[in-house]
Formats: sequence, C-alpha cells, structure tokens
Amino acid sequence: MNKNAKAVEIAKDIHWVGAFDPDLRVFDLILKTANGTTYNAYVVRGSEGVAVIDTVKEEFSDAFFERLEQVVAYEDITAVILNHLEPDHVGAAPELMRRAPQARIYVSNRGLKLLNATLKDELEMYAYTLTNDGDQVSLGDRTLTFVHTPYLHWPETKCTWVEDEKILFSCDVFGSHFCDERLYNDLVGDFRFSFEYYFKHIMRPFKRFVLEAMDKIEPLEPALIAPSHGPILRDHPMEYVRSYRSLSASRLPNEMEGKEKSLLIFYMSAYGATADMARSVYEGASDVDGVRVSLYDLQGGETDPFVDLIEEADCLVFGSPTINGDAVKPVWDVLASLISIETKGKFGAAFGSYGWSGEAVPMIEDRLRGLKMRVPEKGVRIKFHPTEQELEDCTAFGRSIAETLCGKAKPKVVDFADL
Amino acid sequence: MAKGKLTFGDIDVSVNVPAGTRVIEVSEKVGAGIIYGCREGDCGTCLMSVDEGIENLSEPSALEDKVLKENMAGKDMRLACQAQVIGEGETIVKPA
Ligand SMILES: Cc1cc2nc3c(=O)[nH]c(=O)nc-3n(C[C@H](O)[C@H](O)[C@H](O)COP(=O)(O)O)c2cc1C
Ligand code: FES
Repeated sequence: MNKNAKAVEIAKDIHWVGAFDPDLRVFDLILKTANGTTYNAYVVRGSEGVAVIDTVKEEFSDAFFERLEQVVAYEDITAVILNHLEPDHVGAAPELMRRAPQARIYVSNRGLKLLNATLKDELEMYAYTLTNDGDQVSLGDRTLTFVHTPYLHWPETKCTWVEDEKILFSCDVFGSHFCDERLYNDLVGDFRFSFEYYFKHIMRPFKRFVLEAMDKIEPLEPALIAPSHGPILRDHPMEYVRSYRSLSASRLPNEMEGKEKSLLIFYMSAYGATADMARSVYEGASDVDGVRVSLYDLQGGETDPFVDLIEEADCLVFGSPTINGDAVKPVWDVLASLISIETKGKFGAAFGSYGWSGEAVPMIEDRLRGLKMRVPEKGVRIKFHPTEQELEDCTAFGRSIAETLCGKAKPKVVDFADL
Repeated sequence: MAKGKLTFGDIDVSVNVPAGTRVIEVSEKVGAGIIYGCREGDCGTCLMSVDEGIENLSEPSALEDKVLKENMAGKDMRLACQAQVIGEGETIVKPA
C-alpha cells in the first residue's frame, strides 16, 4: 500500500490519480521496462459532474482509490470513461463501479463485449453508453469529446478530449513504460527510448491506423497529452504527435516508389539442396517484369533488419530443409518476429528439401496463413538434391508466385474435391 | 448435386463447390486474402465484398446482420465464415 499517495492537479480541477509500478520489468510478456511503469488515471471535474478517466491495474487499486478519494466523493462521480479495456487500465474498474454505482460508463461501440468480460454479471447493475467518434459528455461548464482511435492498439481504443484545457487523455497512444514520480516529460529522466520502444512493440503493427488517428489528433493541437502509461506530455506535446507520424512512415524508403512489387526470398541450407532450390526460385521470379526480387541466406543476417525489410515487402518466400520434423530455428525466429509488423494481405510461399517426412514446408505455410497472408501457390518440396528437372519446377514456382503477385497469373479453376 | 462457382478475385482462383459450402472452407484452402478471427460470426474480421452473384449466397442470419451493421458494411458485403454458396451461378468475392 502506498502511504504517501497524493493526487496531482495537472490543470484546473483535473487530477492525476494513477499508480506507480517501479518494480515491473516485463510488461504484457513482450516489453521490457528498465525502471517500471505507471498506470495513469485521471479525474475531471465540471460544474455539473465529475468524470473518472481510466483506472489502474488491479494490484494497484489501493493507491488509486486513495488518490481518488482526495479529489472526489464517490457519490459525486457521474461518468466513468474507459478509454481502453485492457486489464492494466480497467483493473480497478469493477471496484470503482461498486463504490460509485450511479456513474454512467462510457466505452466505444466496439468495447461492449470487453466491458461484459470485465464486469461480468455486475454490468447489468450499471448504466452504460457505447460511444461513437465525436460523441460528447457534458460536465456542465466542461465538455468531454471522444476521439475514436481504433486499433491503437485494440479495436475499441479511444481518447478523450477536454476542449477548454486542450487536454487529450490519450490512453495507450503516446504512452511509454517509464516510471518516474515527477510525472511530467520535462521533469522526468530521459525516456525517449521508452517512447519509441513502446511504439515499436505496441503500435507498429497498426501503423495504418496510427496515421488515421493522427489526422484526427493533429488539428486539435493538444496543449497537454495525458497518456495512460509514463510521463504526461506538457512540454512540446505536438512533438510527440509528429513523432508518431514519423515512426509510422516507411522505415526503408526505396527506389521503387510503388512501381514494382517486392518479393523477398529467405532460405537456409545445410548441404546446399535448399540453396539450389532458392536460386532457381529466384531466377524464375526475376523473369517477371514489375517485380524486384531479393535473395537472402538467413545464416548471414540478423532477424531485426529482415523484419524491417519484410514490413515493406509484398511477398515473402521461405526456404527451409526439414530437420527433426520441423523447419529450422532461424526461419521460425523471423516468422515469430513478424508479430510486430502488419503482414495481413501480403503474399507468401514456402519451399524446401527434405529426406523422408518433409514437414517444414507445410508448417511454414500454416504460419504464413496464421499471419493472415495469402498463400495461393502450393509449396515445392524436393527429396535431397534437386535434379535439373526439379530445378526447373522451382523456377516455374518462382515465376508463378511473381506473376500472381503482380496480377499476371492466368486465372485458375479448380474443383473443391481436389483441394 | 448443385454446384456453384466461387471465384476469389484477389488471387484469380475459381473453385467449383457443392451447394451448402461456406466461403471460409474454400478461401482457406486456396490461400485467398480473406482473413479470420473468431470463425463464428462474432468479430467481423472476415468481412468480404461480393462483386458478383450475391444472390447465390445464403441469406445472412440475424447474428451476421448485426455484425455487418456494427462494421458499417455495405450492401455487397458479407462474412466469409457465415455465407454459404447455395446457387449455381458464379459468385466473385474478395477481401473487404
Ligand atoms: C499487446 C496485446 C495484444 C493483444 N492482441 C489480441 C488480439 O489480437 N486478439 C485477441 O483476441 N486478444 C488480444 N489480446 C488480449 C489477450 O489475449 C487477453 O488479454 C488474454 O486474456 C490474456 O491472457 P493471459 O492472461 O494468459 O496473458 C492482446 C493483449 C495484449 C496485451
Ligand atoms: S471470422 Fe469472426 S466474424 Fe467471421
């Protein structure tokens, strides 16, 4: 329990009532936090109502309620605004509703199922409103406006805008896992790496949506951005908005300017069989105009730069031998790392040499489909070293993928029974 | 048995399918770009646009209708995990 928990007034009648978690070292399984994080929650008071915006992770409820009670009586709370229903923000929400059952809950229209899952049977005891982009809640002399930011980073995420103070309660947007009790970006330690690291792990797969959200947020020109993790951005807040825009831009601008499609082939090979196949696939794909083809031996590269390349590519082809009934680890390392980028809709394919069971190719194909990629061409598998004829099959395979990629493939008709 | 022709516009593959086949059963096999989440008409992930032959698909259930509305889907959009091919003509679909 935090004995010295004090609410902090961040603007007139607007308080921070969050919690500090300095000991956390790994967040959501995928992020490291060198000095912990904060769960930021806020209270906004108007002449005719009080809104609580977000709560904290459940274990930190005590500090949250202690701060909350310093600035508002439970019976005066009129609105509980849940910008995002991830457990680190709604952990204390069920208890908050038990203490302030008269308050109306506001979640975005896509959040109902998550609200249900958060409050379970208790939901029926409370009033709630599903919000649309631009909807408002009046607190008398103050109005809150909801700015929907879907997929930053869950489907239901939204921000809450307080016009009179030009404050954006941005939830996970512009957040960072950085714990420093001085709270404000101009007072805390250097957290720039945390801000970018957070973007890279949480927002990067949703760049497209980030750009749409920035189109809504930029014109507001917030004077202060109050995210749900890490420092409150009061000094040069627009720099952080611009930073989100530049982090969402293409990491590797290239010469093709969208005129060509890019097809990347990655392979590994112990005895050279899969490597021979890779070269033939490469030659076949290179025959097709309008495609820029690249060939990489995974043994000669690190995963991260390949992930950057893949983010910009249109088609990925993986070659792996089957080793102990599986594709090899460097292939899986790349495939597992694609969680941080958008892969949906890219084309994919697999090939590989094998000895007797040949699981690698179908396993890679399953993973590509799992990444929501299109896998229209059945992978090529060859027993041991390919013959001349088999290499030609690989060339045809490469050509066919490249043709499908740029829409030049002949339409195919198949029977359901043959699939 | 009646067969319909189900064409995936994004990869130019057509499949002759028996009546009653759900689009999801075919799109996954041919590697089309339609994607799936819940697979039971809940999440709206599998939204597809039907460019031709929407009359060859089963009528949306009340559940599907609700999800379509939530996702502000146009008249020519369906959920691939719900829609079944019922007619004999050609139906052309692609990811929404
Ligand atoms: C960064 C992040 C991304 C998530 N993405 C998804 C998702 O795409 N689909 C989904 O159904 N749930 C998603 N979730 C929700 C988790 O699956 C859910 O919170 C689950 O209850 C966590 O289980 P655990 O307690 O075993 O970690 C995501 C959660 C986090 C933290
Ligand atoms: S996959 Fe969820 S609605 Fe179809």
